[in-house]
Amino acid sequence: MELWFTERHTPNVKFSIKVDHQLYSGNSEFQRIDVFDSKEFGRFLTLDGYMMLTEKDEFIYHEMITHVPMAVHPDPRNILVIGAGDGGVVRELTRYHSVESIDLVEIDELVVEVSKKYLPTTACRFDDPRVHVYYEDGVKFIRRCENKYDVIIVDSTDPFGPGEGLFTKEFYGSCFKALREDGIMVNQHESPFYDEDAAAMQRSHKRIVESFPISKVYQAHIPTYPSGHWLFGFASKKYHPTNDYNGTKWSMLGIKTRYYNSRLHVGSFALPNYVEELLKDVE
Amino acid sequence: MAELSQVNAPIYEALRRLRRMRVVPFDVPGHKRGRGNMELTEFLGEDCMNVDVNSMKPLDNLCHPVSVIKDAEDLAAEAFGAENVFFMVGGTTSAVQSMIMYACKEGDKIIMPRNVHRSAINALILTGAVPVYVDPDVNHQLGIALGMSVEQVERAIRENPDAKAIMVNNPTYYGICSDLRRITELAHAHGMLVLVDEAHGTHFYFGKDFPVTAMAAGADLASVSMHKSGGSLTQSSFLLMGKAVNADYMRQVVNLTQTTSASYLLLSSLDISRKRLALSGPEIFAETVEMAEYAREEINGIGGYYAYSRELINGDSVFDFDVSKLSVYTLPIGLAGIEVYDLLRDEYDIQIEFGDIGNILAYISVGDRKRDIERLISAMAEIKRRFGKSEAGMLTQEYINPIVAETPRKAFYAAKRSVPLEEAAGAVCSEFVMCYPPGIPILAPGELITPEIIEYIKYAKEKGCQMTGTEDINIERLNILT
Repeated sequence: MELWFTERHTPNVKFSIKVDHQLYSGNSEFQRIDVFDSKEFGRFLTLDGYMMLTEKDEFIYHEMITHVPMAVHPDPRNILVIGAGDGGVVRELTRYHSVESIDLVEIDELVVEVSKKYLPTTACRFDDPRVHVYYEDGVKFIRRCENKYDVIIVDSTDPFGPGEGLFTKEFYGSCFKALREDGIMVNQHESPFYDEDAAAMQRSHKRIVESFPISKVYQAHIPTYPSGHWLFGFASKKYHPTNDYNGTKWSMLGIKTRYYNSRLHVGSFALPNYVEELLKDVE
Repeated sequence: MAELSQVNAPIYEALRRLRRMRVVPFDVPGHKRGRGNMELTEFLGEDCMNVDVNSMKPLDNLCHPVSVIKDAEDLAAEAFGAENVFFMVGGTTSAVQSMIMYACKEGDKIIMPRNVHRSAINALILTGAVPVYVDPDVNHQLGIALGMSVEQVERAIRENPDAKAIMVNNPTYYGICSDLRRITELAHAHGMLVLVDEAHGTHFYFGKDFPVTAMAAGADLASVSMHKSGGSLTQSSFLLMGKAVNADYMRQVVNLTQTTSASYLLLSSLDISRKRLALSGPEIFAETVEMAEYAREEINGIGGYYAYSRELINGDSVFDFDVSKLSVYTLPIGLAGIEVYDLLRDEYDIQIEFGDIGNILAYISVGDRKRDIERLISAMAEIKRRFGKSEAGMLTQEYINPIVAETPRKAFYAAKRSVPLEEAAGAVCSEFVMCYPPGIPILAPGELITPEIIEYIKYAKEKGCQMTGTEDINIERLNILT
């Protein structure tokens, strides 16, 4: 018997992982949630059939979305995380002793419950006393925040489905308002490779450029996401992601990582020409 | 009919039967189930093209319904609490015109509020009926026309005992209702018919705690835009009739102007939507109201904006308020309603129903999702943060009561000439000027052009209102009576 999980990356491209067995399947008010076990990637979580994370490559995504802004901001104390019910971003954030509070806003409580039960690699720091979880629509939560956070990490699903609102201009504008005067927002920025993803990436970039004075994009390689070539957005009120970056200072913190390092930090902002062009088109 | 109930949708069921019969079409439409126009079929879908068919025995005929359309109309009558119902395929415009053409012939008087939809005044041009306008009460803070006060209606009836009918909006675009029960009693006591424009009131028939419906109030005729809050396809509508209306004569009136090739897409959409509302209307509209109430509360929490509701009720010209409407007064943030309307679309990809000088209206319906409501609220908060300014210098919108110099029909057909807008003051207008939406005329044919109105038109143009109605597409010139 062969059991395969398949995700459609484009109408003409499919990506499959051989499944050992399914651990969980359920429907929340917002989406279908599944957890599988596999030989190649270990456990993996999908929402509405879209890959969210695998045990094997989640470190790349979570390190890159967390350490880049945390290393640029000189003194990040109050952090807001939107989405990220799997706990991966929180796990990385709790490694910073200087952080005073981590507010996590996840629309779907069931994602957190399922992650706590089946994904101990990522959902392992929810009990840290600095972590406060709010089950609410991120768009609504942030509307009420002003001058409150040093770093906002937007760990959204795709720009359709429940995460749709996290790719809108009203949301980015609300983030700007919610950040302190030297705050940084980082977001999951889709892929530049396949046409449809690239269009979503451009739309998102355009809206961020219109909302923040500094708006850069960096990349990472994530084998289980469409094309494997993934982008993150770095939007900032004051600090430039490489010019204002002090790699030595970050290294001194002694945070052990598997993907991120201070040379890669700078290098990840060097983008292929075709990506630069896609971005320039909407700037 | 005995075996049919609200779970049935006779037209829809007949179309499904027809599809199974695989009839070979040697009749119109010529696209022949879509095969003759593949690009269109690919765009709209095969299922859609398959039921774009002509009247035939198994499908009945809208001009003379005797089988499935008749059954569907009877079910609709039951659902709406009406004596008879007609399916309409020319929009609520055609229903409004049929009501007036039924009630009035040339020279007959009809009492109506001036803030009627243009379709009503168009019907006056068609029939030659003479309007007796009741100036609606005005809320000076919001600058919007309200309902008619009972006292004003009484006076109009006293002064025009020969009027044939009274027309009432239930509700207005902004959600405001007059005292329909009392007005109906008054009109009937004086032998006048009561015609109700319920273009924005479909949900009153199916939800809980909404304002009274025309049929429940004992009115004679009502036009219901099923395609607005009822969920059917654009352009489909219902004409409701009370006991005193001769439905067979009404059919002849409708057939004067209605197409003889009624679209079965529209008819089946009415049929299916009626079934849906009859079976689960209360839940559907409870959800809609909950979303509207939530949005209102959040928008009022932003500050500056005023999302109004039942607190406007004054026992007379605001006898009741439709809480499913999300109307918001925007001037306190220093932006005209139309500016907020444009910003929502241009900056935030959110399309709302309309913006006028002082207000916006976001149409909330069963198709909305909580997360989209959150986007709307956030976008409005952002607009205030990014674009808000001082209220100073904003023209307060004011509903301007028109001065009627000539009947709409005479003015429309009279000899006329075109003059620049600035030079039109003092003349009588021969055409419509309105912002669309909402489509309520600023000037109608036969009305005096005042300097105040010219200033209003220029301001509305400058703020970006979409102005329509005039022969000159740029609204730089007006046609006036010579």
